[in-house]
Amino acid sequence: MPVRELTMREALREALAEEMERDPSVFLLGEDIQDPMGGSYKVTLGLSTRFGTRRVRNAPISEAAIVGAGVGAAVTGSRPVVEVMYVDFLEIAMDQLVSQAAKIRYMSGGQVAVPLTVRCQGGPGRSAGPQHSQLLEAWFAHVPGLKVVVPSTPRDGKALLKAAIRDPDPVVFFEPNVLYNSRGPVPDPGADEVAPLGKADVKRPGRDVTVVTYGAMVAMALEAAERLAREDGVEAEVIDLRTVSPWDRETVLASFRKTRALVVAHQAVRQGGMGAEIAATVYEEALDEVDVEIARVGARFAPTPFAPELERYVVPGVEEIVAAARATLERAGRAGLLARR
Amino acid sequence: MSGVAFDPAWIVELYRRMVRIRAFEEKAAELYQKGALPGFLHSSVGQEAVPVGVCAWLERDDLITSTHRGHGHILAKGADPARMFLELYGSEEGYNRGKGGSMHIMDFSIGVLGANGIVGAGIPIAAGAGISLQNRGSDRVVACFFGDGAVTTGAFHEGVNMAAIWELPVVFVCENNQYAESTPHRTVDRAPDLTVRAQGYGIPGELVDGNDLFAVLEAAQRAVERARRGGGPTLLECRTYRWYGHYIGDPAVYRSDEEVASWKARDPLRRVAAWLLEQGALDEEGEARLRAEVEAEIEAAAEAGARGRRPAPESALEDVYAG
Ligand SMILES: Cc1ncc(C[n+]2csc(CCOP(=O)(O)OP(=O)(O)O)c2C)c(N)n1
Ligand SMILES: [Mg+2]
Repeated sequence: MPVRELTMREALREALAEEMERDPSVFLLGEDIQDPMGGSYKVTLGLSTRFGTRRVRNAPISEAAIVGAGVGAAVTGSRPVVEVMYVDFLEIAMDQLVSQAAKIRYMSGGQVAVPLTVRCQGGPGRSAGPQHSQLLEAWFAHVPGLKVVVPSTPRDGKALLKAAIRDPDPVVFFEPNVLYNSRGPVPDPGADEVAPLGKADVKRPGRDVTVVTYGAMVAMALEAAERLAREDGVEAEVIDLRTVSPWDRETVLASFRKTRALVVAHQAVRQGGMGAEIAATVYEEALDEVDVEIARVGARFAPTPFAPELERYVVPGVEEIVAAARATLERAGRAGLLARR
Repeated sequence: MSGVAFDPAWIVELYRRMVRIRAFEEKAAELYQKGALPGFLHSSVGQEAVPVGVCAWLERDDLITSTHRGHGHILAKGADPARMFLELYGSEEGYNRGKGGSMHIMDFSIGVLGANGIVGAGIPIAAGAGISLQNRGSDRVVACFFGDGAVTTGAFHEGVNMAAIWELPVVFVCENNQYAESTPHRTVDRAPDLTVRAQGYGIPGELVDGNDLFAVLEAAQRAVERARRGGGPTLLECRTYRWYGHYIGDPAVYRSDEEVASWKARDPLRRVAAWLLEQGALDEEGEARLRAEVEAEIEAAAEAGARGRRPAPESALEDVYAG
């Protein structure tokens, strides 16, 4: 398959353009998404010029109406892709997302589907302060009826966004801001690659410890794995969940049965985060079969502060993953693998 | 440009406040462009007459709510520029102990209930502050600043309506600088101006030249007095313009150079300076001296900001709860 290097931003833009080309019922709605601005982070640049201002609508600052109109359009034959500028602003549209989008199919006894995609971006790492840095994927993973996707590479970003748009259910699609400029290979447009939702991707195979993560932390987990290999002779398997809900239990459990040590890592707040859900599930499922060594990496229990040194203290990175992997192996009596091998 | 009714000596003081805001914003932009300040920075250069004209009628224990573009409001309410710079640098000695940054400066000791990163969020908060004052039988008032973009939020509708039905002591001040990020206000609002909406809420509304300090002063005086004597809220729309892009670094491709130039020609500072010269309240030398004094003050504040104590990392976990 011929591939090119694209940034995450370009890859996402291609996904939107291809889906709009393919399906005339796909339209975009969001703040500042039309040209010449092309979105606060330029993901939609060029699309209003190409597809017109009916299919790429600039919305007022009205998040409840942006998501709500997406719901209304989705149940009446459209396939809306709405953009909420920051993860944090989803809070304003909570009812439309949680009590409307997520429940209409169920409440109606299966009469309709809600093929709505809600794109938003955000996350820590830029001193954006407490109201522009949150990672709230666990909130939405808690809601039956919603699907939650977080890509980590341009290729996945494109293939997952295409899948989200084609999916019959409401999907919240979180784009990690720090990845917009990251580059990676992406198949040519003709390939029409669509990644299945709910399927994790093993980004690095390994036999000693499983690191489950997603989004911006995937690159950090890969870096941590390199360090563990170099410094400890430990081979970490890095699993990128890609879809946070429904998450891929099979892939995670299979890896855990092989490595017998698990680290779940995310930059979202540790308390009540996805790590808790994954750790508990693995514990329940694997309790009788193997020794269970599990560690969670997540943000400390505070809002994301502004000053860089405060933000770094609250939000985990490579160091914390390495330390957690070492701790699990130590508890399992497998520390210093290198020395023994 | 009226202004005849005002004491020139007082206008000199208000002019000083406008110059202070301009100097603060220019210094902050310079530091930001050098990479000295983390996070985002939104400049209010060009809009100085609005906060100064409104806060001129407020006392220390009156209250304000502000926005992401809040430096001007906060300075006009009497905040210390040095502690603001300390916060912009993320210092432990900043207003928010380095936890908020430019977009979240708060000083409850002078009634600054907060800049805000969420558009429109300050509007219901202002209504709630109005409830506190009303229940306490206080004659204090709340000035609620927000942009044209906030007018399209649900929070605006809910907050203004609540203040209207209970006649809360709030002055709603829309700084219509024509744009919300790249979006021209006229493309997201069919009402010709906010007085139409004020009518819909059953409260007084005024359309004001926000680049004319005297026009702002006059409208704000009426609104603040009405609120003080229990007459309920007023909705002011002050038409103005931000000279910089949405944030420092925004190339602002969505507007023309001619448009920017036409608004710069209506510089709110120059208009006040011209009036003061005309009145003989300041001569050119005095005006230059005033500017130099303020610039030195801001320079010193910025230097203090750069020298601030860095926060201890563990302090990130403090103040999550009060008890
Ligand atoms: C609820 C919400 N939606 C979107 C944003 C992103 N945003 C920040 S400022 C801004 C424009 C605000 O425009 P306006 O209210 O006119 O204020 P101005 O920037 O012009 O001072 C937008 C869309 C936000 N902070 N909060
Ligand atoms: Mg505006």
